[in-house]
Amino acid sequence: MDPIFLVEAAINGILLGGVLALLALGLNLIFGVLDVVWIAYVDLVMLCMYAVYFVVTVWGWPFWVGAVAALALGALLGVSVHVLIISPILTSAPINQLLATGGLLFFLQSFATFLWTTDHRSVRLTLPSWEVAGIFLPATRLIPFGISILAVIGLYLFLTRTYIGTAIRAVSQDREAMALMGADPRRVYLVTSAVGGLMAGLAGTLLIFQYAVHPFFGGQFGPLTFMICVLGGLGNMVGAFVASFIMSEVIAVGGVVFSTEMGYVIAFVIFIVMMFVRPGGILTKRS
Amino acid sequence: MTVGRALGAGLLAALVLQPLIPLGGYRQYVLHVTIQVFIWSFIGSAWSLMGRFGLVSLGHGAFLGMGAYTSVLLWNFFGVSPWLGTLAGVAAAVGIAVVIGIPCFRYQVIGHYFGLVTLAVGEVIRLLIIAERDWTAGSLGLTLKAAGGDSLWALQYANKQVFYYASLAVLLAGLWVWHRLDRSMLRSALEAIGEDETAAASVGIRVTRLKLGVTVLSAALTALGGSLYAQYITYVNPDTLSGIGVSLKIVFAVVLGGMYSLLGPLVGTALTTALAEGLRIAFGLKFLGMADTIYGFLLVVFIIFLPSGIYGSLREAFRRRASPPAPAPAVPAKTTA
Repeated sequence: MDPIFLVEAAINGILLGGVLALLALGLNLIFGVLDVVWIAYVDLVMLCMYAVYFVVTVWGWPFWVGAVAALALGALLGVSVHVLIISPILTSAPINQLLATGGLLFFLQSFATFLWTTDHRSVRLTLPSWEVAGIFLPATRLIPFGISILAVIGLYLFLTRTYIGTAIRAVSQDREAMALMGADPRRVYLVTSAVGGLMAGLAGTLLIFQYAVHPFFGGQFGPLTFMICVLGGLGNMVGAFVASFIMSEVIAVGGVVFSTEMGYVIAFVIFIVMMFVRPGGILTKRS
Repeated sequence: MTVGRALGAGLLAALVLQPLIPLGGYRQYVLHVTIQVFIWSFIGSAWSLMGRFGLVSLGHGAFLGMGAYTSVLLWNFFGVSPWLGTLAGVAAAVGIAVVIGIPCFRYQVIGHYFGLVTLAVGEVIRLLIIAERDWTAGSLGLTLKAAGGDSLWALQYANKQVFYYASLAVLLAGLWVWHRLDRSMLRSALEAIGEDETAAASVGIRVTRLKLGVTVLSAALTALGGSLYAQYITYVNPDTLSGIGVSLKIVFAVVLGGMYSLLGPLVGTALTTALAEGLRIAFGLKFLGMADTIYGFLLVVFIIFLPSGIYGSLREAFRRRASPPAPAPAVPAKTTA
């Protein structure tokens, strides 16, 4: 095989990794702090993508309005999911929360099908593309990649430099002790859910650059996003970031060397094996 | 429980006699729907063998796909009878259950981590089925080769009544397995494991072994269900038999009906099927997605307000009414073993 294909696959892998990192970012925050699996997370992203599509393509507003709308919708959805679904069952078995958000997944997918049919819809943006040594680098991939790295840095600063960010990290380390210190965990949960939702809005805004949105968009990335969060270690932003690129490289390069399906199969098998070897995430040592 | 027994016997008699009721043009349709309900309730029961003890698998599509594809491929390419093919499929599913189960249970992968690992396993099997497209025709699916007429050897019958009674028998067998486990000592041990593994191990329960046992049993029955379904529908498709979608549907039907009660999976499956068919008949394809929308909404509501499911909650309410609150005994009377 021409090595140029492998180089191209590796570069595509890095760009895909940026997208996956973005998706994993907000979910990882919720996963790490609330210890709740929002299995419908990528379906919230799907709704935000529809928001951008409707504002920009259907109603003809400028792109930044669509982006603001998606971010606002994301935050609203995050808070709603927490208040309506998670908080009534926060103390019951973790698996109930997973199943409840699984019900939400069915609801969102089918309601989107009902409202907007299964047509693939995309926002057509005319952006330049560069060719470097025979490899195409389109701006539709570079811009989301760049913003997603900025978002990771922003989230990191939020979690380490602000009061509420510190509280969020404290809750993720010890729920009970946090309440004893006089902080209100409910407020922390609410802020976390809102920030997680905001990240879903951001992911939706950036994903619409390169992907068409349809009701089953969540199924395309959902499972992978979860695996990245667990692989990176819950609540570990750097771990999730590294895990995104490992998975995306395996998928991209494996897809070229074997077949698309086998790329995913290898990635999933790596996840399963890592769950046994390093259950705390790739950046930790097994205790 | 004599009332319950009588109701059960009446229901069973009604189900056995159902195919004899003349329904004119609706006959085939009613049979088709009930057969589907039977097979999927059987699969749901198999799932709940694990699910009720906190082993929530989101990858039962792996076992289902393994059972269905093994028997169909063996028949299509080698002419092996589905009787043997089903055995092979069950063996393959048991193999996967063991390979995944041992490390999972040894390294204490529990709760939603277990869910995510099984979810990955279901996806791996679905993708492998698609990737082996020379054999399986990939995502186009595969049609079972016709044996040319009715044949016990090929397990193919044009008459739906045969499948009706076969699936009813299989369902009853599945319920019997569920009941046996429910009444055995193993149930207490497994419940203890579900509550706290370390504590269970400390009183001498062999945690890994028991969990593996129930997983293998569940996988084997699920593969059997998959094979039966393939024989009835005579068509297999990776997306309807493996992967996340079908795995979640199995789980949800059971949760809706109630995973802690014998008839919960049957009630849940009957209800979701009735809802889907009812909406389809009422609105046709115009309201595409409406059935699943209502279904998803109900699921969320149920998990929040009725975690033991429709049947489970009804039964609890019925029991409470049937036995009025007796004055609390001074000494704890004999506890139910």
